Amino acid sequence: MHRPGMVSIWFFVGILLLAYGVLITASGLYELVSPPARPVVLGELHAGIWWGAVLLVLGAVYTYRFSPRRQK
Amino acid sequence: MSIHLIALSLGDAPVPTRLLALAPVDMIIIALYFAMVLGIGFYLKRYTKTGDDFFLAGREMTAWVAGLSFLAANLGALELMGWAAAAYQYGILATHWYWIGAIPAMLFLGIVMMPFYYISKTHSVPGYLKLRFGEPSRVLSAVSFGFMTVLMSGINMYSMALVMKVVLGWDINFSIWVSSITVAVYVCLGGLLSAIFNEVLQFVLIWMGALLISIIGLIETGGWSGMVARIHTNFPGGDYTHLWRTMGSFTDNPMGIHWTGIVLGLGAVISFGYWTTDFLVVQRVLAAKDLRAAKLAPIIGAGFKMMVPFIVILPGLLGLALLQPKLMGEAQAVATGGHSYNEVLPLMLARYCGPGLLGLGVTALIAGFMSGMAGNVSAFATVWTYDIYKALIRKDATDAHYVSMGRWCTILGVLVSIGTAYLVMQFLSIMDYVQALFSFFIAPLFGTVVLGMLWKRCSPAGGFWGLLAGTLSSIGMWAWVKLDPAALKYIALSSNARDMAENMYRALWSWIVCVLVTVAVSLVTKPKPESELNNLVYGCTDIPGEGHLPMHQRPMFWAVVVGLCFVVLNVIFW
Repeated sequence: MHRPGMVSIWFFVGILLLAYGVLITASGLYELVSPPARPVVLGELHAGIWWGAVLLVLGAVYTYRFSPRRQK
Repeated sequence: MSIHLIALSLGDAPVPTRLLALAPVDMIIIALYFAMVLGIGFYLKRYTKTGDDFFLAGREMTAWVAGLSFLAANLGALELMGWAAAAYQYGILATHWYWIGAIPAMLFLGIVMMPFYYISKTHSVPGYLKLRFGEPSRVLSAVSFGFMTVLMSGINMYSMALVMKVVLGWDINFSIWVSSITVAVYVCLGGLLSAIFNEVLQFVLIWMGALLISIIGLIETGGWSGMVARIHTNFPGGDYTHLWRTMGSFTDNPMGIHWTGIVLGLGAVISFGYWTTDFLVVQRVLAAKDLRAAKLAPIIGAGFKMMVPFIVILPGLLGLALLQPKLMGEAQAVATGGHSYNEVLPLMLARYCGPGLLGLGVTALIAGFMSGMAGNVSAFATVWTYDIYKALIRKDATDAHYVSMGRWCTILGVLVSIGTAYLVMQFLSIMDYVQALFSFFIAPLFGTVVLGMLWKRCSPAGGFWGLLAGTLSSIGMWAWVKLDPAALKYIALSSNARDMAENMYRALWSWIVCVLVTVAVSLVTKPKPESELNNLVYGCTDIPGEGHLPMHQRPMFWAVVVGLCFVVLNVIFW
């Protein structure tokens, strides 16, 4: 799957995870400062923040590692 | 797919309320997903020019990409929700469909069968039958596969739209058209290449969206032992957490099945039939860049398949431990306004996931649905174009013409699937019939292919008549039980057997009929000369050795590792 110039699938995966990481982390932080009226079970774990951070880090690593610029 | 999918029979009763409510950030997450899959399709169109590009992704996939795609094509949304529901209903027994019902077959495909598929340079499973047994076997297999694939795709589409209606309150027509048009666009543009790219993306999203439920659920129950203790408290007397201990009798377990049905029917016949001959999944491995990658891909898929219960079965078990009031059967849920087994996964999603995470979870469900549908339509397009259109209608057209036919066929396949979805909406019982129909072809086809690969004496007439006899015997057994339910004790060896047990035994008998007829007819008819069996049959094929490779690069080494893990897991959860 390495045709000249073709962007790796892992780059697309990275981009989407990165975007999701930003959105979910931001959403989790917002809930931290402005708690919802009906929190989810174990809401005190703030899963949005740390799961979002996991996605963000994974996404950043994949985006960097498989970026078209580095592949050239 | 009938062996891996428990159809969500949510019924056509009015749905009182939706289970989940999405926030704007969730909608953005879902919209981003649709934009990405369509963008990938448009991007890859420039790389999809030849027939090999469109139908076999240029045969350039690495083992990892082919392996993940191989698994993702099977990991549909209904698979996620259906087996989570089954886990709530039957406990850990549902895991059999992921372990003994998949792992041995996937390893067998990688180590034993893949060399013949790959070296023969076939573009499809019916194509292999043509090379090995001749045109009649190919046509029988191709027509049945094409017909059943689009019908199954339509049924899955309808079920998914129904799920979206129940879970999110979305209009059924909206769900059907938006998701199917998206799949049609990206498969039509980039063919198998686009389908595989998106399947890898979808695989990652499914894991990221579903894994969190298991992690937080285990935190809430205090780990595995805490979960088991809660299940025992909630359901005293029931054994929901042992894989094999209750399989000594049909009446000792909630599935109504005996271990022989699981081992011989599911483990030895149905799973081998599905994982080694269903072109929907095999097509992904045929796209591998070389033989080593083709052998490794199903082994990598098996490694991940072993872990899927962590995101599918475990949420069902956690539901048993945590959800109050208890979930119930569909009919009772409709009558009382309660929640049914089928809703366990969305209920767990709603329990733990706030804005953002909820969008990710719903995206995982949508991604699962779309990966399954893309698998169906891309396999259908290939079989139709190469094994029906090219074989029977127009043999000598240009490569560009066949690519164009593949694109049109993708659209046609999606439209027929949509039509089926609306047909099912009007006549719900079709769902049961078509799922049964699909299972008719799986077990006998495995008998035909495996004999063809491993036995030189197997003749073209033996292959065709064995396949036909196995299929007809399966249909006959199914019809017999439908007309006379007392026949169940002959087919499934017990009148206490339930639907799943009946499927297991019917598959086993039809496989045996196929093998016996194939052997008998082969012994009295003329086999192909050995010169025509090169690269098709064991003993006539020069399979490249792996002795020069370091241990960690050998497919056999990883097959042994995965096999050992499989044994250990079964012992741990015995």
